[in-house]
Amino acid sequence: MTASPAAPSPTQGAKTRINDFSIQVATVNGSGSQTANTVLLRAIFQMGVFVSGKNLFPSNIAGLPTWFTIRASAKGYVARKASNEMLILMNPETAKDDIAKADVGALVIYDEPLQLDKLRSDLSCIPVPFQKLVTASCPEPKLHKLVKNMIYVGVASRVLGVDMAEVKKAIAKQLKGKDKAIELNQNAAMAGYDWAMENLPDQDQVRVVRDNKTQGLIIVDGNEACALGALFAGCTVVGWYPITPASTLVETFIEYAQEYRIDPKTGKSTVAIVQMEDELASAGVVLAAGWAGARSMTSTSGPGVSLMSEFIGLGYYVEAPGVFYNVARTGPSTGLPTRTQQSDIELCAKCSHGDTQHINLYPGNMEECFQFSYDAFDLAERFQTPIFVVTDLDLGMQNWSSKPFDYPTKPYDRGKVLNQQQLAEAQDWGRYKDVDGDGIPYRSLPGTPGGKGAYFTRGSGHNAYAQYSEKPEDYLAVVDRLKRKYETAKTYVPKPLFRNLGSDKGLLAFGSSNPAAIEAQDILAEAGLKTDYLRLRALPFTAEVDAFVQEKQVVYLVEQNRDGQMANLFRETYPEFATKFKSVLHYDGHAIDAKCIVDQITAFEQK
Amino acid sequence: MTTPTPASPANKLGFTKQDYVGSKSTLCAGCGHDAITAQIINAAFESNIEGYRVAKFSGIGCSSKTPAYFINQGWGFNSVHGRMPSMATGASLANRQLINIGVSGDGDSMSIGTGQFVHAVRRNVAMIYIIEDNGVYGLTKGQFSATADKGSSLKSGAVNELPPIDPCTLAIELGCGFVARCFSGNPKQLGAILKAAFAYQGTVVLDIISPCVTFNNHDASTRSYKHVKDHDFPLHDLGFIQYSEVEDVDIAAGETELVTFPDGSKVAIKAIHEDYDPKDRFGAMKAIHESMEKGEFLTGLLYINPTQPPLPDLLNLVDEPLASLDETLLKPSPAVLDDIMKALM
Ligand SMILES: Cc1ncc(C[n+]2csc(CCOP(=O)(O)OP(=O)(O)O)c2C)c(N)n1
Ligand code: SF4
Ligand SMILES: [Mg+2]
Repeated sequence: MTASPAAPSPTQGAKTRINDFSIQVATVNGSGSQTANTVLLRAIFQMGVFVSGKNLFPSNIAGLPTWFTIRASAKGYVARKASNEMLILMNPETAKDDIAKADVGALVIYDEPLQLDKLRSDLSCIPVPFQKLVTASCPEPKLHKLVKNMIYVGVASRVLGVDMAEVKKAIAKQLKGKDKAIELNQNAAMAGYDWAMENLPDQDQVRVVRDNKTQGLIIVDGNEACALGALFAGCTVVGWYPITPASTLVETFIEYAQEYRIDPKTGKSTVAIVQMEDELASAGVVLAAGWAGARSMTSTSGPGVSLMSEFIGLGYYVEAPGVFYNVARTGPSTGLPTRTQQSDIELCAKCSHGDTQHINLYPGNMEECFQFSYDAFDLAERFQTPIFVVTDLDLGMQNWSSKPFDYPTKPYDRGKVLNQQQLAEAQDWGRYKDVDGDGIPYRSLPGTPGGKGAYFTRGSGHNAYAQYSEKPEDYLAVVDRLKRKYETAKTYVPKPLFRNLGSDKGLLAFGSSNPAAIEAQDILAEAGLKTDYLRLRALPFTAEVDAFVQEKQVVYLVEQNRDGQMANLFRETYPEFATKFKSVLHYDGHAIDAKCIVDQITAFEQK
Repeated sequence: MTTPTPASPANKLGFTKQDYVGSKSTLCAGCGHDAITAQIINAAFESNIEGYRVAKFSGIGCSSKTPAYFINQGWGFNSVHGRMPSMATGASLANRQLINIGVSGDGDSMSIGTGQFVHAVRRNVAMIYIIEDNGVYGLTKGQFSATADKGSSLKSGAVNELPPIDPCTLAIELGCGFVARCFSGNPKQLGAILKAAFAYQGTVVLDIISPCVTFNNHDASTRSYKHVKDHDFPLHDLGFIQYSEVEDVDIAAGETELVTFPDGSKVAIKAIHEDYDPKDRFGAMKAIHESMEKGEFLTGLLYINPTQPPLPDLLNLVDEPLASLDETLLKPSPAVLDDIMKALM
């Protein structure tokens, strides 16, 4: 490419993709690329352009390949996009493969010695002399590896037309408090930018143009949003065990708790957080704390839920509250623990042995991660039962733009708890008596003085007075009341949301599939296939879900697992409509994209 | 509280012993576990325990059924097999004013629940952790547990070839500050230790040899009443003086050693056999190992260190129960949310 002396003016042609593209950055895990990628994402965000970022990382601390995609979308689509308009290839190990997969015409920034331009002629290649630039911009050789990444941020900013002032601001924000690092990284980004100014011409394939779409928005990941929800919900006991992708939920909670959960009068903590020896113990802590009247939670992923399942079944039968986050990942043990899936749907719906049905919440965006977390603690205490908040790696660990969270003004619902005076006045109180006909009994808390309300808690073999019983009629009374309680939950859990285009064809998705589902709905409509979209937000299914299933001729049910787990729950709940559900599936460990939904629905329609 | 009959004396709280009982036991007649239940009732009565503050936890097993048989005024939680310690941990954090009693078996704690035992002790969870140790799984009809002695045999004739896990040395190793071994057939010693246990702040580990009359009381068993009686070596005579009584009790100087608890209560220890110092951790380990080699049960207060901070202190928790904290204290203000949102912009 020839040198371009002029300052970058946003050149635009008829085919220029303005604020509508994907960039994929290929780097090596542990090389500091996460900071560089977040800076680039933030800088575009600060330009007023809607962006989302997805980190595709290995289960490894350093050395394995990692990819980060940044999607900018003027229309506000935030799902992963199947094609990329720009590639930044920093990892020699994967560069050949990456370039082989590149979409025709893509801009490719890479390290000059890799000579990738020899491999394909249908791409716009931008070789960059990284080593030379690094040496010139950073005097300390041991920091070279880190600043190298910041150089591509500078180069990409010039190519895309991102204002360097925004890049510098983003670096300062990202490295807040570390003045030396800020300076070093700003210099490196500038070096990349200056080199690109001198050596690269303007291009008009993809451009970032200042917009006002992100005014007042925040960038946050779902784990942080959930942690904040738990903080404002007044969570007081946490028992947890580290597991990707759930750890940062509690770790972020700990950071916030250290600031906002200190009693101003005594300087002491108003929350107990214990890293337990495993998930079995974490579940024990959560349920016993809930039983004793605290608001308790844990955060885990599929393998942890499996370990907790004996306790969760007990929690269901003894009716002890607790909030269980499942930030889902791809399958067991080693393999793809750092990839995303919605593959614990059935596990969490029915977790444990015996007849069990659990309330599950499926937040579909950052505001809901926050709000549903807040609500989960109310639901746990109202229904005296384990509540699952089911997210996944995509929601939990990726960067999302979001409206700032509304302050949760609703007072805490501490449920049916009798205090000393109420116990003294109660006639013939029984721990498991269904006084109100809603299946929810009244409970007492250990340590309540006055000599009333003490009871003995044990599994399924009890009568309404919590006395040991093996009588069939007592057991039936327990399980049938629990079913009634679950029915009652239908009027408490979040209702589904609709995006109707006026059609008898239904589209149904939940959780992290939502952005891709919306985008697919638009693409399909443009192609002449209208759908009504229901976004499911909870189990049990509410009346609105019943109506939708009844009305629609067909329901395309989008989910990220192999077996159509949510479809199974639907077929089981609505056996008379079982044939209406057509599964649209995505389960390779990458976040779902709109194209795969469009393709599958189109194929169904052509049958 | 039941109406006291004139004959039954009341404790300082005005309760009679009857106020500390539970439902009727359904264990086999003669089961060692029932004798332990009787001593818990006695000690709680004599220690003036407020029943409503008691939280009882257990796993699964015959032993784990017993919390239903004492202190009906307290709350009980019969949880799942081997997981009692995490329950006690959770509840003790939710409400640090509870008096936690965990009852477990040798199978519950030394087989399926070893992990939770180890970590609860390590964290110094505020609880009395009782292992009713009969060397077998009673409830599942007599299989060996991990405390069964090497060479001991089942009724069926099967011989245990594996070395036992000893809860006491394990607990001392883990830093437990109150470790005792007792025999359900020695109520006097057990009673004194239980009373001291009620005054202690962190984890108390009590390994109580408790014969299973149905599955492990035959001649070839090392946990039969006869065998344990013959091999029981009480280390000392113990007296326990509650803080409220310290002023009134005259303790003979000389042969009796006093250990003082943070609340002012005292344990009076009068050595019987040898110069055993229960404050000497390494000495205790050595003595226990030596006695085990000889096939004896050293019983009494094996190790005591009264000043270790319990978990709520380690976590710097507020003094009032977390469970009763009010929304006004727990929910940060709108200004806080605003600041957090601004930082994320
Ligand atoms: C997960 C699980 N596995 C197995 C059992 C069956 N089980 C019930 S009690 C018990 C052993 C109890 O032995 P121990 O703790 O020594 O109590 P003991 O009956 O001897 O007092 C077993 C294996 C169970 N209840 N749960
Ligand atoms: S089986 Fe053994 S442990 Fe169980 S109640 Fe009978 S004697 Fe006690
Ligand atoms: Mg046993």
